[in-house]
Amino acid sequence: MMKSIRHFFASGTPWIWLNAGAVAISIVMTVGLLLLLAVNGLGHFWPKDILRGTYEQPVSFGDSIVREIIGERVSHERVTAERIISSGIPVAASQDFYERELVKIGNRDLNGSDFTWLLSDFLTDVDYPKNLAAFERREWGNFYGYVQEVKEQGQTVAVSDVRDESDARAWNALEERVKRALSLHEDIVRLEKGEIGEINYALERIRLRLRGLELREEATPERLEQIEQERAQWDARYEVLQGELQELYEQIDRDSVVMVAMNQEQTEVPVSEIVRAYQPNSANIVQKLIIYSQKLWEFLSDEPREANTEGGIFPAIFGTVMMVLLMSVFVTPFGVVAAVYLREYARQGFVTRTIRIAVNNLAGVPSIVYGVFGLGFFIYFVGAEVDQAFYPEALPAPTFGTPGMLWASLTLALLTVPVVIVSTEEGLSRIPRSLREGSLALGATKFETLWRVVLPMASPAMMTGLILAVARAAGEVAPLMLVGVVKLAPTLPLNGNYPYFHLDQKFMHLGFHIYDVGFQSPNVEAARPLVFATALLLVLVIALLNQLAVSIRNRLREKFKSLDM
Amino acid sequence: MNQQSSSSSLSNSIADGLPSQQAAKSVLARRKFRHLKDKVASVSIAIGGLGVIAAVLLIFLYLMYEVMPLFKGAVVEQKSEFVLSQSMDPNVLHLAIEERLEVAMRLSASGEVVYFDTSNGEVISSIPLLVPEGDVVTTFALDTDVSGIVALGLSSGGVLVAQYDYEITYGEENSRIVTPIVSYPFGETPYTLFENESVEQVSVRSIDSEVLLAARNARGQVDLVRARKETNLFSAFADPADAEWEVEFVKLTELLPRSTQLFLDIDRRWLFSVSESSRITMIDLAGVFSGGEASIEDEVLLLEGGARLSKITFLLGGISLLVADDTGTVSQWFLVRRDGHFNLEKVRDFDAGGTLVGLAPEQRRKNFVTANEQGFIGIYNTTAHRQVLYKKLSSESPKAIAISARGDGLLIEGDSGKFSFWSVDNHHPEVSWEALWQKVWYENYQEPEYIWQSSAANNDFEPKYSLAPLSFGTLKAAFYAMLLAAPLAICGAIFTGYFMAPGMRRNVKPLIELMEALPTVVLGFLAGLWLAPFLENNLIGIFSLLVVLPVGILLVSWIWTRLPKSIRYLVPEGWEAAVLIPVILVLGYLTFVASTPIEMVFFDGDMRSYITNELGIAYDQRNALVVGFAMGFAVIPTVFSIAEDAIFTVPKQLTYGSLALGATPWQTLSRVVLPTASPGIFSGLMIGMGRAVGETMIVLMATGNTPIMDINIFEGMRTLAANIAVEVPESEVASTHYRILFLAALVLFMFTFVVNTLAELIRQRLRSKYSTI
Repeated sequence: MMKSIRHFFASGTPWIWLNAGAVAISIVMTVGLLLLLAVNGLGHFWPKDILRGTYEQPVSFGDSIVREIIGERVSHERVTAERIISSGIPVAASQDFYERELVKIGNRDLNGSDFTWLLSDFLTDVDYPKNLAAFERREWGNFYGYVQEVKEQGQTVAVSDVRDESDARAWNALEERVKRALSLHEDIVRLEKGEIGEINYALERIRLRLRGLELREEATPERLEQIEQERAQWDARYEVLQGELQELYEQIDRDSVVMVAMNQEQTEVPVSEIVRAYQPNSANIVQKLIIYSQKLWEFLSDEPREANTEGGIFPAIFGTVMMVLLMSVFVTPFGVVAAVYLREYARQGFVTRTIRIAVNNLAGVPSIVYGVFGLGFFIYFVGAEVDQAFYPEALPAPTFGTPGMLWASLTLALLTVPVVIVSTEEGLSRIPRSLREGSLALGATKFETLWRVVLPMASPAMMTGLILAVARAAGEVAPLMLVGVVKLAPTLPLNGNYPYFHLDQKFMHLGFHIYDVGFQSPNVEAARPLVFATALLLVLVIALLNQLAVSIRNRLREKFKSLDM
Repeated sequence: MNQQSSSSSLSNSIADGLPSQQAAKSVLARRKFRHLKDKVASVSIAIGGLGVIAAVLLIFLYLMYEVMPLFKGAVVEQKSEFVLSQSMDPNVLHLAIEERLEVAMRLSASGEVVYFDTSNGEVISSIPLLVPEGDVVTTFALDTDVSGIVALGLSSGGVLVAQYDYEITYGEENSRIVTPIVSYPFGETPYTLFENESVEQVSVRSIDSEVLLAARNARGQVDLVRARKETNLFSAFADPADAEWEVEFVKLTELLPRSTQLFLDIDRRWLFSVSESSRITMIDLAGVFSGGEASIEDEVLLLEGGARLSKITFLLGGISLLVADDTGTVSQWFLVRRDGHFNLEKVRDFDAGGTLVGLAPEQRRKNFVTANEQGFIGIYNTTAHRQVLYKKLSSESPKAIAISARGDGLLIEGDSGKFSFWSVDNHHPEVSWEALWQKVWYENYQEPEYIWQSSAANNDFEPKYSLAPLSFGTLKAAFYAMLLAAPLAICGAIFTGYFMAPGMRRNVKPLIELMEALPTVVLGFLAGLWLAPFLENNLIGIFSLLVVLPVGILLVSWIWTRLPKSIRYLVPEGWEAAVLIPVILVLGYLTFVASTPIEMVFFDGDMRSYITNELGIAYDQRNALVVGFAMGFAVIPTVFSIAEDAIFTVPKQLTYGSLALGATPWQTLSRVVLPTASPGIFSGLMIGMGRAVGETMIVLMATGNTPIMDINIFEGMRTLAANIAVEVPESEVASTHYRILFLAALVLFMFTFVVNTLAELIRQRLRSKYSTI
């Protein structure tokens, strides 16, 4: 036995297995991380059943209070009795561990907080009444309770008996009213953000034009008159829209619903506040799937609510995509030109080698350094000059002298240009010499060879470089925090207002959204699932881009392997 | 454009050619054009290529450009030279400059305040202070230049408190009009301290509606006066002039020797008295106005070796005393609390070149200005222990100097009454090598320390710009990350690069690439919100894993070799890692399950509180352990890829040769492959280290970002990168703070650049070595 063990160690097999273990651990960690994101991120949208139970927790002195609990189970954990006792709940120390669960009880306007920790042992009579409803609201988070009464302009329309689980009269009346309110809300948003936003923007432009005329001392009476007329036109339109808006608001405020919440607390919820209403306990799997996909779609396509902790992340997706596209526009030509110069035009030698090493190492320079550079050079130096030269009328409010889309994409272009250079160079170096020589021998100039033969063949490599650059840029947050992202941008960088594409505007970004909502929001517990979902989305996008780059690279390698023969 | 012009010039030259000739000519033209195009292309590509490379260089240059001013000294430039337009008392008590540098104030021994224009010496107004008839000013004290409160000791035993000030009004087109005024916020009549005995020394301290005076007569008797405005509920609305003054007198029982100087500290708790022999006595005034006795707290000899005291004043904030002797040495002293007692201790020395005739503290920074008999002017920063200027600015011995509020104007009055006015360009005196990287003894601290504290609420704050705790935090985070990443990545690379079956390798490599591509913000978020609480609750499980996993893997491998061949052959060679995945999952699960009873038995069920309570080790939820895991995760793929590449590309003939000579695979690996690939593995580690050092988001989210210097794995840290991310958006452009953050960025840039270049050079040498084999 001892001998066989000694032999076993002498053979080196255990060390090989240990090395194999390292690979296995890395794999487990990576896959585990992805699964963790997926489970937490995708699970959030599933309409969980709403429990109702009775909770009576032991207290140190006096009578314990019996509470009714209505809410969703979120998570549970095991805690030692000691810790519970030290937090002031006198449980029996004879039992080592207690199960503790986090329940989302919602109704922040009534309870003060969305979540509560309960000891499972003291939660009794748990059931899932079919007529419990969940509302997602524009403010104050979710609401859980029974629908008792639906009112229209204060007049009762439908009443249900909340103790009767099958009594759906009020619920049925509510459903269509919610739909009506939602469509009205859409109209209001369209009016406010669309047309009224446009008017405000136009008025601001008129103000700037006036100021510009003053600065250039060209403010002739005719011009002023003309501008004044324009302004009057906009004002008139504004009046009309304001009237329409008023009317819509009156309409949307028509309905309300009386709810019975936890502990028989009655409260009236305006229907205009409800974003979505559903009864998860009575929904079957198909209905739940529908709700699930609706929520997922809302997450992807809607604007955030409640300080980003609810609603969607569309502006962040849009901002990330716009920034990355703009960055690609900068980074591709410059990266390719630099690579072509290094590989095809520069005389190979010490200098090119040094440059190559330098470029390579720039990819390893911390991204925050680029951020600092972008802030100091682009924004405070170039941006301030641009403002002086082209936007004097807006001063002292900066136009380009403040973080924005343009500077963010330029900074990231600088950050990712080494990636494109390295990748393109690799592609160029893989193209067999014979092809170039063949082209030159047929009388083509160097540029023609480059343009017609070399570059098309190297295009997959360029694509690879670009995709890798995009993937890196999409996940980068630290420099963006300095040069252009904000937690909440009022408008998208691309919209219907002239000049349509607002390079000077700040924007939202998926990565920053994760940081901001996860770490800067007042209600982290409520926001956490959304952050998981955002993180999952970001990882998916980046993983896809990477996979794309890898497959292009492999195809390219295969292609040139045959050429080498 | 080019095409048109070249073809038109050609068509002129071939006026009457044959068609074939014409064709040849057009071919020629085309060739010319192509040639031109080629030229243009190569020139523009060269410009473009070099431009991109230059842009990259620009980063370095720009960072340098932002950082350089930090280390520049002060620059002075003479703005004017004049004598006052009216003659006046040559004895000057005090000189001051208004904030905008347009007006200056001179208080003469005759009790006259003269305001004059700093550009030409034109007297704007001359206001005699309300010194009673027949009285003579015997001594003078200044509260601070900020308050402008002065106290004049009189020969009749009274003390007059006055305030010089400037009234700013805005005239047409927003032009500023500065009207100098003199006011008496504590009453127009002198406070009488001694009956018919002249005041020999006085000191004054004031806050909004309270003034404290200390005065000494020729006998050494010290009297204190405190005048306060009666505060009642309505006083805020009442006219201040109507307010009642509550005046209290206290006589100190002890007599002080003649010719001592008196100084009250800013909190009005201490009275410093300095004798001619430079012995300073600290008298505790706490409670003297409520019936208590003043007590002597400490006595120190300020100067040693027979040096004589020449000037003494408070630095900004009133905490530090600046003491100058007759050889020109200025020393900084402040109170240090040790064992419940305050001791006055010397903190640092400055050499001002010769006997001082002027010593003036700045009003917004911990700077002071000296003037010596030879006319040399020096500007010093105490925190940085730095001389930013030492220059002869006056041909005669100066009589008085004044520095403006912003430290940008300097007024010198010469012995002959000639004034010179200088502008001072001194933006970053707070920075020196010592202040950035060495221990500095800050005010109110017991000993020199490394501290980063860049901003505070109050004005007389002493900024603490030590990069040491940040650099330490950076290296600490990198160290713990490498502790996890290095073994996992190198071992993984060894297996993947040498033992792994190609089929599995094709699947593993993309996974590792994906791992590398994971955005760090996601890792940071998971570390901060998921891993940190998880670790806190499962500490014992995590530490057990460190033992259980290697032992378990060894055990499994041993069992595996014992298994019958029929089972072993089910898994081809090179797929061991796949076998181990379920093993690791099971082991991990079992460890966490078993950890609870272990924790119960050994650590009272809660290891975290055991660590804090029993072991006395501080525990933060977001600590270096969390960072180590998260950043280790981020670094693994970087190290892995490079190391794996190095191992995989070891020429096959080397390994085949070794195996053919009868070495086992492990022997071949450890004796042949690893030595050959070691430079590559080393460069992988360096690049990984570079990445860990510069990582921002993970550290920002997974630690508490407290700039402490403690290697404790259960406490957090603040790194250079995270510090930049946190503070740059809030720092004022071109301020010292802003430039120091740029310096931090430059340090990061240089560090990673040097490390990466070294790593790259090592790799290149390795590659060229292989190519010869």
